[in-house]
Amino acid sequence: MLKVSGIDVFYGDLQVLWDVSFEVREKEILVLVGANGAGKSTTLKTISGLLTPRKGTIEFDGVRLDQLSPDRVIGRGVVHVPEARRLFPEMSVEENLIMGSLSPEAKKKRYETMDWVYELFPRMKERRKQAAGTMSGGEQQMCAIGRGLMALPKIMMFDEPSLGLSPILVQEVFEIAKRINREGVTVMLVEQNVRQTLAMCDRAYVLENGRVVLEGTGKNLMDDPHVKEAYLGI
Amino acid sequence: MDVFLQTLVAGILKGGLYALIGIGMTLIMGVMGIINLAHGQLMMLAMYVTFVLSTMGVDPYFALLIAMPLLFLLGVAIQKFLLNPLIKADTILPENQVPMTVGIGMVLTEIVRFIFSSDYKYITTTYSNQTFYFGNISFSSALTIAFVIAITFTVAMFFFLIKTDLGRSIRATAQDKDAATLMGVNTGRITVITFGLGSGLVAAAGCLLAPVYYIFPDLGGPFTAKAFIITILGGLGSTVGAIFGGVTLGLAESMGATYFGMEYEDIIGLTIFVLVLLFLPGGFKRLTKI
Repeated sequence: MLKVSGIDVFYGDLQVLWDVSFEVREKEILVLVGANGAGKSTTLKTISGLLTPRKGTIEFDGVRLDQLSPDRVIGRGVVHVPEARRLFPEMSVEENLIMGSLSPEAKKKRYETMDWVYELFPRMKERRKQAAGTMSGGEQQMCAIGRGLMALPKIMMFDEPSLGLSPILVQEVFEIAKRINREGVTVMLVEQNVRQTLAMCDRAYVLENGRVVLEGTGKNLMDDPHVKEAYLGI
Repeated sequence: MDVFLQTLVAGILKGGLYALIGIGMTLIMGVMGIINLAHGQLMMLAMYVTFVLSTMGVDPYFALLIAMPLLFLLGVAIQKFLLNPLIKADTILPENQVPMTVGIGMVLTEIVRFIFSSDYKYITTTYSNQTFYFGNISFSSALTIAFVIAITFTVAMFFFLIKTDLGRSIRATAQDKDAATLMGVNTGRITVITFGLGSGLVAAAGCLLAPVYYIFPDLGGPFTAKAFIITILGGLGSTVGAIFGGVTLGLAESMGATYFGMEYEDIIGLTIFVLVLLFLPGGFKRLTKI
């Protein structure tokens, strides 16, 4: 479904990704794990069009994404829920959701989708008039996910959704990701929380220093001696 | 008591115009994070457009319909060809767009001086000196019409920002540019539209001011300063704040003129400005939250 082939990405003269290749299959949950600074967020930013790879290609359903602007990428149903949520703090929950549905197709179904999001997150309905910046971290994460859903995603990419949340809320966020997946949306998770994400995913890639070093099913990787030592502390 | 009420009315009427001047600047400030130091000069240009049209027999209020789109286009061109290229250049901070706006202001002033010389121009209309009375209080007809039109534009702008996708995108870009990009907002296009809108709004203020003010090339500077004061009073990037800021400055100036003398007009305005900076840093936005 989404195929990243040999991308090199730079910030100015600094190379961050080196020949990164991976594939996301339809309807699966794929996880990209790695330590801080491994290039996980950079990978997502490149897919969503914020950064352009200097080498390599990104294909989605047979269409090249790597030369498209971010609004074209989101219009194709490739939705990025950014790290640290990045809500519009002075806008209400409802306005934040509306901002998720700017593409012509999503706009047509705006209020239908909004009802669905409110059904998924009843909390958001209660708080729909509240300024997003005044909510708790967990609620903000729900709002950010809801805003992503408003774009009618075919694939949803979560950047560190567990960041700064309590263990119970982390559990809840992962449950939501699974639920979204069951609704037919392909899910790609980028996480430092290796143990929990490997347990819930179909397949995973391990990113180190801007390179893909390992790939496999979640179970296989959990048994891998390198993963055990470097990420699980066993 | 009558004197006080008269001063109050004069201040509020002036404040409506100031709000219109301030709202354009605060929009640009919010979205681009820069102070547009050519703001008053753009208004001056609109006043000359009004002046030229009036020599051809066009009423200033009708000239508004021509000057606004014209200045909108000029604003679009300035942002697109002069300011946005600076963002792309490496190592130049966004703040470096500010000196560019200073340069643009100078060029506009000197072009106008070259064409029209430094002489004062007046637009005389039948209503320039007309007044009507409400009780013992006199209302200048021109300023009252200007106030009504200014408030209409300000309210329309407010609803545009709150109720339309384009307006929401402008606010979203001001609050978090990267997140807005991720939502599919073309933020480059938003900065261009915003600068156009800011220029169009201040052009409207220029047209409304033209019948009751004298027109000369150097009036841009003082009005840029006023716009800056209004923006700071209101809180940077705040639309509602700009309205409060505009009315506050208008009131302060007219109170100063009445109770201390005409020559103190600007001093009172600036004193309020300093007081707000000292005791309410962040401006009225702290109170209104929008």
